[in-house]
Amino acid sequence: MSAEEAIRIEHIVKRFGDFEAVKGISFDVKAGETFGLLGPNGAGKSTLIRMMTTLIPITSGRAFIDGHDVAEAPDAVRQCMGVIPQALTSDINLTVWENLSIYAKLYNVPRAQRREAIEELLEAVDLTKWRDAETKTLSGGMRRRLELARGLVHNPRIFFLDEPTTGLDPVSRVAVWEMLNKLKARRQLTILITTHYMDEADRLCDRIAIVDHGHLVALDTPANLKHSVPGNNVIEVQFEAPPEDWEGRLGGLAEVTAVQHEGAGMFRVLTTNGSRTTTGLVEMAVRAEVAIRTLSVQNTTLDDVFVHYTGRQLRDQQVKAHAYVMPPRPGMQP
Amino acid sequence: MNRMLAIVERELRKFFRSPSLMLTAMVFPLIQLVILGNAFGGKITDARVGVVDYDGGPQALRVHEAFDSVLANIRTFRTIPCASDKQAQEDVRSGRLDAAVIIPPQYSRRVLAGEKPTLGLVVDNSDQFLSGSLEAEVQALADALNQPQVPQRVANTIALEIVELYPFIEYMKYLLPGSITLAMFVSVMIGGGMLYIDDKARGVHEGFLVTPITKLELVGGLVLSGALKAIMAGLAITALGSLIAGLDVLFHPVALLQLLLMIVATSFAFNAMMFLLMVRVEDPLVPRAMFGILNTLLYFPSGAIYPISAFPFWLRALAQVDPFTYAVHGFKGVLLKDAGFLAMLPDLAYLFAIGTVAMIIATRLFKRTL
Repeated sequence: MSAEEAIRIEHIVKRFGDFEAVKGISFDVKAGETFGLLGPNGAGKSTLIRMMTTLIPITSGRAFIDGHDVAEAPDAVRQCMGVIPQALTSDINLTVWENLSIYAKLYNVPRAQRREAIEELLEAVDLTKWRDAETKTLSGGMRRRLELARGLVHNPRIFFLDEPTTGLDPVSRVAVWEMLNKLKARRQLTILITTHYMDEADRLCDRIAIVDHGHLVALDTPANLKHSVPGNNVIEVQFEAPPEDWEGRLGGLAEVTAVQHEGAGMFRVLTTNGSRTTTGLVEMAVRAEVAIRTLSVQNTTLDDVFVHYTGRQLRDQQVKAHAYVMPPRPGMQP
Repeated sequence: MNRMLAIVERELRKFFRSPSLMLTAMVFPLIQLVILGNAFGGKITDARVGVVDYDGGPQALRVHEAFDSVLANIRTFRTIPCASDKQAQEDVRSGRLDAAVIIPPQYSRRVLAGEKPTLGLVVDNSDQFLSGSLEAEVQALADALNQPQVPQRVANTIALEIVELYPFIEYMKYLLPGSITLAMFVSVMIGGGMLYIDDKARGVHEGFLVTPITKLELVGGLVLSGALKAIMAGLAITALGSLIAGLDVLFHPVALLQLLLMIVATSFAFNAMMFLLMVRVEDPLVPRAMFGILNTLLYFPSGAIYPISAFPFWLRALAQVDPFTYAVHGFKGVLLKDAGFLAMLPDLAYLFAIGTVAMIIATRLFKRTL
């Protein structure tokens, strides 16, 4: 493992009985990089992150965090990483300060540095004035920011975040992104993040890995991933009662690279020249007397990349539950 | 060690911030102490006993006088005249009477002639406690009637002289050791069992598992914090229960020290045992469902409400290994008997031993991963 690599995963596999959740994934994350892990529900993202963070045992393969083998030196791994799991781990009956103080003690942060470290983090996540508030009184966004501070209270070099903005409103999400960027710059962090939000991955990540059915299906920078999808533009168009051969006729238009029929007269047309294809499409519809209900032309986004690599099929498969999932108490913040 | 103390600090901060749950835990044993102590502790009074007198002679009059003396003194029952034995039986069956005494025809003549006179007693034996008390009372009256009216100059019967070591112990006092033990068990069940599983199910423990805390530190922290909560519950219920039951143990420093030792040992044993039971449980409904079973399985065979010597063999065997038994025995020794430190030593030893063994097994079974 080179000094540049903060995380290295080699042919990692996880089996739950007969079910193989992760099927031999390998990648590395450079020091100082923000690495995104994307994939549909049940793709194996959380299993992968849980193996890297010592939460579940690895079936086969190896994982190194900051040079430490996860299977052989889990305590060294735990000391050098910060982890924000999907569940909110801060205690709702304790104050913001108490939550951070207890985790600082769990990481053996020396007493002399504890206060300073907590005050600095509270300022970074903009919770200084809420330091004595009980956690149950905080909004969802504030609790997520507290989680960020909790994960960094022992000044780790590597930071794992498992869907850190799920359930937050857009304003709170942007606030979390900004704080994460600020903390990364200040502490030279290496970040590995899983998310369902493509805009989040596009904005935060230097490189993105897409996982599907336990396999790594793509790994590159966001820009290169977008270029890897055929077509620079996406035309989303809905017709009123299109004929049966309409998908084929759309595919025959100039510069079109792919057509996806989404039902109810809706089509996504990928093209290398949005304006030329749009002109041809409208002319064809007028000639065939097929009315257009809606039409929009966009640049290719990570959403298109995601759909291109993982498809649009719903993933309602069963996965092994790691633990009983407790429903939130009434009135409890998410 | 610091990490273990951090877990203890977290648990105690939560406890003091929201003590209502634990206070609720103490209400149940206190209510039980007051209700059971008063319901079972008293003697039977004012039971309704019908009297059918077919004789009406002088010896029957002696029987009536004996009944009157009961009414004037201990008031176990009062008599109600009945017309016939058939009517009396019907009244006992329907609950209008609790029992009936039948004085047969020729009763006085038979007494004077020495021809084995009998008195009939009709009881409702569906209520064993009431019928037993009335049988004993009427039997005592019959024995008194059998005594010669002029006492013999030299007694030729053997008299039993009973020496009671302690003043009369009311049932509420008898129940108090069990109530203290039960309060600590409920506290452990809520504070050490349910909250632990709830935290686990909400993902709070996932946060602990990604820190470098060891299994022993985490288990030790959870057991120690649970034990401290149970100690506080034990102290509170001992103080309140002693006042309610009318024991002056609070004013005896040596007894208080002995009680503290018993409370510490019981808390440790119960918490370690509870942690062992919960160490692999994921579903928060399980400890709630187990509560009733454990309560029945541990509390009732312990001798807290009924003497162990009355149990069948298999229940005695269960009592023998039940930590409740040793806790109740130890508390009884201090609260009711002033039995001294040596008498409670085997109880303390058993409780600490079972706690240590349970904690060792629980630590081995504890999963450091999800």
